[in-house]
Formats: sequence, structure tokens, C-alpha cells
Amino acid sequence: MMAISADPLNLIICGVGGQGNILMSSLVASALTRKGYYVAIGETFGAAQRGGAVFSSVRISARHPYGPLIPEGRAHLILGLEPLETMRMLQKYGNPEVVCITNTQPVPPVGVLSKKDEYPDHDELKETIKKLTRRAWFVDATDIALKLGAAIATNIVMVGALLAASQLPLERKDMESEMWNTFPRERMELNLKALDRGFNTIHSQN
Amino acid sequence: MPNIATHSPGSVVLLQGNEAIARGALEGGAQVCTAYPGTPSSEIIATLAPVAKDRGIHVEWSINEKVATEVAGAAAFAGLRSLSAMKNAGLNVAMDFLMHLNLSTLGDRGGGMVVVVCDDPQAHASGDEEDTRWTAQMANVPLLEPGNPQEAKDMTKWALDLSEELSCYCFLRGYTRLSHSRGPVKLGELPSPTRKANFDTSKGYSPYIAPPKHAALIEKMARLRERFESSPFNPYSGPEHPELLIICSGSGGFCSLDAVEALGLTKSVGILRLGTLWPFPQDLVRSYVARTGKVLVVEEVDPFLEVHVKEAIVSPSPVGSPEIYGKGSGHIGYYGEMTPDVVIKALSKIFNLEYQARDRRYEDEVQNAASQMVIDRGMAWCPGCPHRASFFALRNAIRKDGRKALVTGDIGCYALDIFPYGTHQTNVLHCMGSGAGTACGFGELGQFDFKQPVVAICGDSTFFHASVPALINAVYNKSNMTLVILDNDVTAMTGFQPHPGTGRTATQEATTIVDAEALCRSLGCRVEIRDPFDTKATTAALVELMKDEEGVRVLILRRKCELLRMRQERKQLFKVWVTPEKCTGEKCGYCYQVLQCPGISWDKETGKARVQETLCVGCGFCADICPLKAIVKEEIA
Repeated sequence: MMAISADPLNLIICGVGGQGNILMSSLVASALTRKGYYVAIGETFGAAQRGGAVFSSVRISARHPYGPLIPEGRAHLILGLEPLETMRMLQKYGNPEVVCITNTQPVPPVGVLSKKDEYPDHDELKETIKKLTRRAWFVDATDIALKLGAAIATNIVMVGALLAASQLPLERKDMESEMWNTFPRERMELNLKALDRGFNTIHSQN
Repeated sequence: MPNIATHSPGSVVLLQGNEAIARGALEGGAQVCTAYPGTPSSEIIATLAPVAKDRGIHVEWSINEKVATEVAGAAAFAGLRSLSAMKNAGLNVAMDFLMHLNLSTLGDRGGGMVVVVCDDPQAHASGDEEDTRWTAQMANVPLLEPGNPQEAKDMTKWALDLSEELSCYCFLRGYTRLSHSRGPVKLGELPSPTRKANFDTSKGYSPYIAPPKHAALIEKMARLRERFESSPFNPYSGPEHPELLIICSGSGGFCSLDAVEALGLTKSVGILRLGTLWPFPQDLVRSYVARTGKVLVVEEVDPFLEVHVKEAIVSPSPVGSPEIYGKGSGHIGYYGEMTPDVVIKALSKIFNLEYQARDRRYEDEVQNAASQMVIDRGMAWCPGCPHRASFFALRNAIRKDGRKALVTGDIGCYALDIFPYGTHQTNVLHCMGSGAGTACGFGELGQFDFKQPVVAICGDSTFFHASVPALINAVYNKSNMTLVILDNDVTAMTGFQPHPGTGRTATQEATTIVDAEALCRSLGCRVEIRDPFDTKATTAALVELMKDEEGVRVLILRRKCELLRMRQERKQLFKVWVTPEKCTGEKCGYCYQVLQCPGISWDKETGKARVQETLCVGCGFCADICPLKAIVKEEIA
């Protein structure tokens, strides 16, 4: 087994209901399980299909199984499918050592759409995330996925970015074989492309 | 792609708690599995249904939890093994049967039955935080509580074995953080169940006469308790003589582990995690308590363990005089779910430790930033949801009527009406079917000068589940009410399960469509049917039905759940856009502030309404209601 930077390593994948975050956590966790790590996932979704905030916690250990809940202030890595949701997770689980990878595309809450609330200024939000993390990457994952012709692949672009950030004991080939096990063949061409684009985006920022 | 029945024995796979329970049912040879959907339990049957045919088992979505347990009970009487699954609130519906089945035994044919109840501490997706452990004590039947997905699988199988041996159903208690967590599960062998169903009609089973049968049950549980005292499902980890002993169950186990590690207390704190909760293994608890001077009981919601630990310590004779911490001492709360931080806080207080999750400067900085930036992400009906249109019409009809009509509701996506982005028309909302039941009651208050029109709301699935008896009562007792059935052709909120009105079974077989309209007509109700997207006709029907005081009225508002329609048809109906010249923006706001569909919003730059292209599903309803005709819809060929 590859060494992990902390044990247990606490990963949070957050976003909005319908963005596919539960599938992402399953892909990452299954790939790690195959490599012999103890992995636990907690899925917090309530009524996920109705626009609410959704997150999965993924806990990875080489020593013994942990429960699915991460203690407050103890995230090591946050993968955000939406910038406001990354910020929401930093508020509860962030710390000076945390690393974040965030999709830049905002999904406005219904309160913003109905003019009750105002979405935070995009640049200010980005700067704040940078300030509150040891390292922050931003990925235009929704744009990349749209260019590939399928907004639904945004989450796979983000998985590619996660692998390139080298924060997990996972290599690209581990994820590719996990994807072959998970998706129907006709979806694989798109998904491999999405994984590749996400991976390269981070690589060019490193 | 592999499924729950094709993973090979001996392999380790990552399973959701509910999937693990489903696998446990297969490994335990369950041949009949039933449920009514309810979060967080729904995935158990949803996992079993697709493999039912290959495995040669019967899996069904039942009309409600009571019937689900009755179907499973019949299978046990006929010598098979069965499982029935439900959420916390569902157990209340099933209890009438289960409080008799405990006394009658499951017969002599060697059948077994596990009742899986998934509780929801923190009420993530429930109306309450009720705790099934007391129910097991009340019924005096065994209750097992897994601490992780592996145990969920193993205990489901064991519960079936135990049930068969005792001829008594067993509870398996899940909870949200088990049902909706995933962890590695080592799989066991899958037997091919070949039992044939048969009932020996020379025998009879009932709870009558209760006292001797109750006595037999009590004796059975006393014998079972002795076995539970040495069960491997009550693991202990920690030093031989801990300074403090944590006694916990379920999620209390992993939360305690995190807390003990975070505070560096592994050498002084031991964790006894109980998995066999009823009958309570009191001697085991006494033997561990004897090794320590302090006990902290870690459990969510009710003090079930705490009450029994306290009792075990004094009876039959006192075990020293340990200090007991938990809910009674104020170290742990009586509501909400267990988290590592709850245990960290309790231990820090007992051991007088300073614990800081992160440095203070960061804490201040992050809270300060969050207070300016982090806005709520409220729940709302999906774009294109027919419920939004139904409530929109109801709101207008109530205004037109002008007699302060009262609305009673129940459980489904339409319960979002009382949440911040609903229309707030619903005045009284409780459990499944109680919209119809309470409306019936209000509608019977005429002799006490009650003059307001009464409108009950239910969904199509809720109609069958628990509204029909209330509707019959309304007809029989001459209530003055209107029942509105929001018929979206599916049990949407829990994940698109079919129901008796859909013509499909859990295993996707075609079946008789139970016709709600014909059923209501046969009761003598006046029945009207409208499409809620035809807002004029719907509003007019509501106004008229509220006025009509001749007998009970039913309005069926029929339109398919938009998520389901999109899955099936994969196309938008309309292209929708705003003509900025006609839109008066803030002066009006009818679409984004009154209708509040996430597909249309206020645009900060132009000050006008704007279609959110990634969210809009093209239903076109906003174009129909725009008072200025500024929103345009064009049919997509």
C-alpha cells in the first residue's frame, strides 16, 4: 500500500443534489478498497433531488475501519463541485492544513433566484477559499464537461482533477479500471475524456 | 455490471448499509421481502427487487407497512424466511400486527422473519426522531443493532436464524448513519432457497389467550438473554481496567473511537459496543462495569442503554458505585444524532481536557468569512414539478373563495409547502394519510359553528397507504371536505417506487392498475380530474368543490412527476424565454418571487426575470401565469 499523508485521511466531496457526488465518493472509495485500505463513506443528502446541499465524507485508513463521520475541523481534502458548498464545508471542517479542489461554476440557491439572498461575489469567494486553505485549485469543470457535450460529466472531470492533485494513494489507472467496472461501455469514451481533461487541468497548474 | 447477488462469496466489496442488509437477507435465505418505501430504509427493497427473478424470491412494494409485515408474517407461517423493512415512522403503522405476532409465535413450520427498522436520529428525512429500541422492549422481541455495514449483513442473516429458532420475529435496528454509509463487507455464501410454502391446517395461531402466551414469550426472552451475554456482537476494545468505560451501540461505537483517539485517551478509556440490545445483556454490562470507576453511556436520542445500564448496576446486587455519565448527567443531549464531537465534548468535560478542533485564529477567520458568504441552500420543488402548479392554483382558489379555507396535508414532496420556499397554504401536516383524516375531523365540526372550507392534500401513493380509510370515514360520517389527490404516477420522494395505481410491481411486472378515481366514485364521492398545469381549470374546480357541500368531494390533479417524465421521455416540452421589453422585473416578480421555480430567476444585471438555462426543464408553466405575457414558450417538435 502507498503511504497516506494522514491516517485516517478525511476527504469531503460536496455539492448540490443531482451533481453526482455520491457516485464520485463511491468510485474513489471502491478503488481504495481494492487497494486494501479501510474506507468508510457517509452520505448526507436529506432530500437531495430538491436542490439542497449534499456532501459525502470519505475516510481512508491503512490501520483499521473508521466510522463515516469526520470530526469538526478535521478535513484533509475537500473536493467541491460548487464554490459556495466548498466554503460551507470549510466553515465546519476546514483548518490551516486543508487542501481544496473546487469547480468554479456556481449553482445559485433558490433564495438567490427568488431575490431573497445574494450569492457571494465570485472573486471574493475564490480569494477567501485560497486564504483558508494550504493549497487551493480551481477547475472550470462544468465548462470542460459542456465542451465535451455533457454537463453530467462534470463530476468525472473533478475526479480527474482529484487524481492529479496527488493527495490520495490512487493512480489514474486504478480509477480507470474502477470506471470500467462501474459504467456501461457506451459511457466510457466520454468519461475517460472527462477524466483526462480534469487531470490535465490540474497538471498545468502544478 | 456486478450486483448484490453476483458478487462472489469471500470477496470484500464496498456496500451501503442498506445494500448490506439486502445481501444479508439473501445469505440468510429470505424468500419473501416486503416494504413500503421510507427514507432511510428504501434501498433495501430497491436492491433486492432487481435480483428477485434470478434468485427465485418474491420482493414487493406493499401498500403500507402493516400489510408489508402481514405478508412477511404469512410467509413465515408457511415455513419460509422473510424480511420486512421500514423507516421509523413506518413501524407505528405495523405495530398493531406486530404486537400480536409476538404472542402467536410464527407457527411450527420452521419459518423465520426479520423486521428491519431504519431510525432517523436528527430527522434528516423524517418528522420525528423516534427510537425503535423501546418498541422491541414493549413487544419483548429480540433487537439487534449493527455498528457497521459488515455487521448489518451478518446480523440480518443471524436475525433470520434466531427468528426461526425462537419462532418469533426479530428486529434489526438501522439508523441513517448505517443505512446511508458505505464500508467494506466480506461476503458469505449465497444459498439457493428451495423451501416450499405450506400450512398445516390442523393448527391455529393467534395471540389468544394472551396471558399464558405472554408468559411463554417472557420465558423465551429470559433464555435468549443468557445467550446474548456471550455474543460476539458485543465487542470490547481497550485496556483491561479502563479508567472510564464507554458503553454504546450503533453509531456510538465509531463516534467514540474517533473521540478517544482525538483526545489521546486510548490507554485509559475502553469501549463496550453492544449489538444485542434486547433482551439486554445485563450480566455482561455488570462484568465490564466492575472493572472501572466511571461509565459514559454514548447513544443518540433516547437514554435506552443508560436506563438499562443503571438498572443492571444495582440489580440484583450493586456493582461497586461507579459514576455514570450520559444524558442524565447532562454530558450528552436527548435529541439529535451522535457525532464524534458530541463524544469529544463529553469526554473533555469528564477528564477536564482542553480540546480545540483547530487553532483559534483560523476559527475566527473562517466564521467571520462564512457569516458574510455562506447563505442557505433551501429545498424547493424541482423545476417543472406539478406540485408547484397545484399549490399555486390552491392559493388562488382559497383567495377567491374568501372564507379562510383550511388545508391539511401529509407526507410526500408536497410537504415542502410548509418549508421556506413552499406556498404556506398547508395549515396542519402530520403523518401518512392524516391530511384526509384531520380534514374529515374538521369537516365534522359544522354543528359547532365551523364554517371554513376544508381541503385535504395527499399524494397518489399516500392515498393508497392510509388515506382511503379516512375518506370512507368522511363519507360515512357526513364530513364536509374536499380531498385533493396530487397524482404524479409514482412514489417520488423516496426514489420513484411504483404503487398500486401505477400498473407495475417492484420487479417491474405489469399488474392491475388500481383506479383511484373509480374507487372514490364507488364510495359516492363527487370526483373531478384536472391537469394542474391548466391553472384556470384547476382553480375553478377548487373554488367550485369548496362551495359544493353535498357529500365528500375529490379532485385528482394528474400530471407525471417531472423527474420521472424526463427520465422516460428524455425531451423538453417547450423552449422558454423572457422578452425583456415586456418584463417589468422588480415591479412584478410574479414568476421568481411568487411561483419561485428555480428555472426562472431575477437577473441582477438587467433587473428583469431570466430563464436559468441549466435548471429550466421547459415545462412552460411560468409562461402561462406571467401577467405581462413577457415569458414566452414555444413547443419543441
